[in-house]
Amino acid sequence: MIRFEKVSVTYADAGRPTLQHIDLTVPEGELVLLVGESGVGKSTLLGTVCGLVPHFTGGTLRGRVTVDGRDTRTHKPRELADLVGTVGQDPLAHFVTDTVEDELAYGMESLGIAPDVMRRRVEETLDLLGLAELRDRPIATLSGGQQQRVAIGSVLTTHPKVLVLDEPTSALDPAAAEEVLAVLQRLVHDLGTTVLMAEHRLERVVQYADQVLVLPAPGEAPLMGAPAEMMTRSPVYPPVVGLGRLAGWSPLPLSVRDARRRAASLRERLADRSAPLSGSAERKPDASRGQRDPVATLSKLTVRRGRAETLRGIDLAFSPGETVALMGRNGAGKSTLLGTLVGMVAPASGTVVVGGLTPRRAAPAELIRQVGLVPQEPRDLLYADTVAAECAAADADADAAPGSCRALVSELLPGVADETHPRDLSEGQRLALALAIVLTGRPPLLLLDEPTRGLDYAAKARLATILKGLAADGHAVVLATHDVELAADLADRVLIMADGEIVADGPTAEVVVSSPAFAPQVTKVLAPQHWLTVSEVERALAQRPQDSL
Amino acid sequence: MSQPPVDRPHPRLDGGAPIAEPAEPTVPDPSAGTWWRALRAPEADRRNALHPGAWWLWALGLATAASRTTNPLLLGLLVAVAGYVVAARRTDAPWARSYAAFVKLGLFVIAVRVLFSVALGSPIPGTHTLLLLPEVPLPDWARGIRVGGRITAEQVVFALYDGAKLATLLICVGAANALANPARLLKSLPGALYEVGVAVVVAMTFAPNLVADIARLRTARRLRGRRTGGIGAIAQIGLPVLEGALERSIAIAASMDARGYGRSAQVPPAVRHTTTALTLGGLLGVCAGSYALLTAEGGSYALPLLFIGLITAVAGLRLGGRRSVRTRYRPDRFGPRSWCVAGSGAAVAVLMIWAGGYAPDALHPSVVPLVVPALPLWPALSILIGLLPAFIAPVPPLSQSTKESA
Repeated sequence: MIRFEKVSVTYADAGRPTLQHIDLTVPEGELVLLVGESGVGKSTLLGTVCGLVPHFTGGTLRGRVTVDGRDTRTHKPRELADLVGTVGQDPLAHFVTDTVEDELAYGMESLGIAPDVMRRRVEETLDLLGLAELRDRPIATLSGGQQQRVAIGSVLTTHPKVLVLDEPTSALDPAAAEEVLAVLQRLVHDLGTTVLMAEHRLERVVQYADQVLVLPAPGEAPLMGAPAEMMTRSPVYPPVVGLGRLAGWSPLPLSVRDARRRAASLRERLADRSAPLSGSAERKPDASRGQRDPVATLSKLTVRRGRAETLRGIDLAFSPGETVALMGRNGAGKSTLLGTLVGMVAPASGTVVVGGLTPRRAAPAELIRQVGLVPQEPRDLLYADTVAAECAAADADADAAPGSCRALVSELLPGVADETHPRDLSEGQRLALALAIVLTGRPPLLLLDEPTRGLDYAAKARLATILKGLAADGHAVVLATHDVELAADLADRVLIMADGEIVADGPTAEVVVSSPAFAPQVTKVLAPQHWLTVSEVERALAQRPQDSL
Repeated sequence: MSQPPVDRPHPRLDGGAPIAEPAEPTVPDPSAGTWWRALRAPEADRRNALHPGAWWLWALGLATAASRTTNPLLLGLLVAVAGYVVAARRTDAPWARSYAAFVKLGLFVIAVRVLFSVALGSPIPGTHTLLLLPEVPLPDWARGIRVGGRITAEQVVFALYDGAKLATLLICVGAANALANPARLLKSLPGALYEVGVAVVVAMTFAPNLVADIARLRTARRLRGRRTGGIGAIAQIGLPVLEGALERSIAIAASMDARGYGRSAQVPPAVRHTTTALTLGGLLGVCAGSYALLTAEGGSYALPLLFIGLITAVAGLRLGGRRSVRTRYRPDRFGPRSWCVAGSGAAVAVLMIWAGGYAPDALHPSVVPLVVPALPLWPALSILIGLLPAFIAPVPPLSQSTKESA
């Protein structure tokens, strides 16, 4: 269906090709997962299929890409529109019209499909994606998962043979991601659509893939093969594969179900080792919480937006040195809760006290020495045009000694030159820069909103190390996240929110183990034992059984 | 086990007679006959939505009527009619809130008009002096301009009437704005203008995004320990906001391109040239015709010129539409209800123009000498025809889930 012949892509201002030696064929009706670290050219490869690279982005494409026999060199993206459907990472950037039904019809209108056919296809697509109830709704009022489904639906109505998806589930909560993946499954199985998809969150998608295409490093030739085989060589892999690699299973398990079938012996070996609940070195004992003065307390907090109560009756306290994961579906009120702690959102009733200050009324300059927030889009914090200028400004803002921010940047982000433009940093580097800026004020309470959106496993591991260090220094860290694996790795305590209320609050192991949606893969595989991460299992296996007694 | 026979009619649970008429989930109205029920305004949805053009024609009819009178009572009646229809038929869409803004703008216009008249004087001769302002002496070359001086009741009343007329025009436009979905209006444009329409639609979604960006970045300044207000804040976030806006436009352009925007059919050069000639010629004709219509001199040739210009322009646009391969998904139809709404506006306009012939004094109450304006019966009744849409236009559904995404 898609043929790459000796393809290489070089952008105008780049010294070396972003993609090279791509020589492969994607067969019809397969779901192919594109895997690789950030910056290896996954998006570029996807762009070559729909013709946006090079027709829209510029750059030089050597070799030839043909989709169903059409050469992308001679066909512009609009001439491939009936053949290739493209959905990007941010569905909002994809929408041209304002209501669901119009959006589904837009592509067909451009192609000049007859009105009665359009009507029929819109109805079919509404049913296929479960959007019938939302047909008249303005797109801006939909949730993230619904928007992503509308985006997929809007390209499906033209009946494309190929669907190209760039990180379709990265910004979604686990349940919404399931929704989207179920739809993709159905397309591949029922309609025979060929799907080419890039995704960082491998734990969600790898078990659905027919083939995996690995880009090992920038400019290196890609590998393609069966998922289990590719996972043995891939630089990025989900925890379930990590567990399989640790236990030496072959072929590697790709889903929790595969792994559970093999895990009987591993569970037996682990049965007599210390379970992490009863005193692993990493998790601090519960006793330390509540004894020290909390860095922030919220009591009977209610927040309204218009008439809707986005937060209701929240009572919470955060202690120094603890790491708290705030979880819950999109729109549950996680960001609003973080917003009240930095005074961006005004409470309707109740009180918020952070380090003795009321955030809403405190002067911003004072507040940043008590609490720091890294927003969902770290770019919102960056105004200057070089890293050095950004650091100097942060020092001035926080009244810190000159050079303190730059020292933090060097620590978190080794090897970034002073004159780099923040826009040229990768997603993970930008997050680290924003984190350094926020940390310049040495706030005892650090908040992060969706820090792992768009980060690959390596960047996530670096972030986890940094945050563990900060917690060990006595910072209280609160992160709002959909990433159960990150929460399992980092958090001492998990809060689950729904409809503006806290519905679960307790130590990580207790909360996530009991929840099917929020349990990490390792927990699911090794249940009923309470293991959370691959590294815990690894450490336990390294000790001899008698040590743990 | 014995199954009940399938074909037996279901007995009613309360033991009463079987229901003869289909049960409708409406409030039972004993006086309503079936024909009345059929005529009653249905709940609005995509199928029966009023054509946005109908709302505009209705509003322009009211505006034309407003332009023909300075009687404050009639103008007030027009505003009341427009306001009632808006209150009865507007949705909870963002554009529907614009009505209040237009009313405020109207009040502002009246205030400015009166203020200018007071400050700069007025050619209206008057005898009822309200107060004497000190007159600023101006040099000879500025003769004809007066600053300060005597202020008469006549001149203030004249300014009030004049301002009220302008304000009413504005409020009528505001009503159309609040009632018609702008995106759907643009969808009704002829094919040749489609691409312009898309640009406008994208720009319209762009503006709210820009405002949201500015708000987000201003609050983000708090996170850097800076003040969120003031000019400095705006200056500093200006560049990031523009950068974000630019990136978003590029993303939308890429998305539109990948979804087939701008696919066009091959058209022979002769057709293309004819299209250009027809469109340009037609528009020139329309311009010349409207100019002639508005100036007093060109009474005889104005209408034919306008008409020919319109026909030529429409022909040009239709021919131009051949280049576009687009089709339209569920366009709004100009159904009977749309005709009634548009017609009610036109009727108000025509009756007011006619009233200008038979009752000119009532439509333009005298300022010198000052008289209390009277409400002329027939013009007032003809304005009330404009209320028709409040009864026949489909009723928008009660605010459906307008949950904002957090």
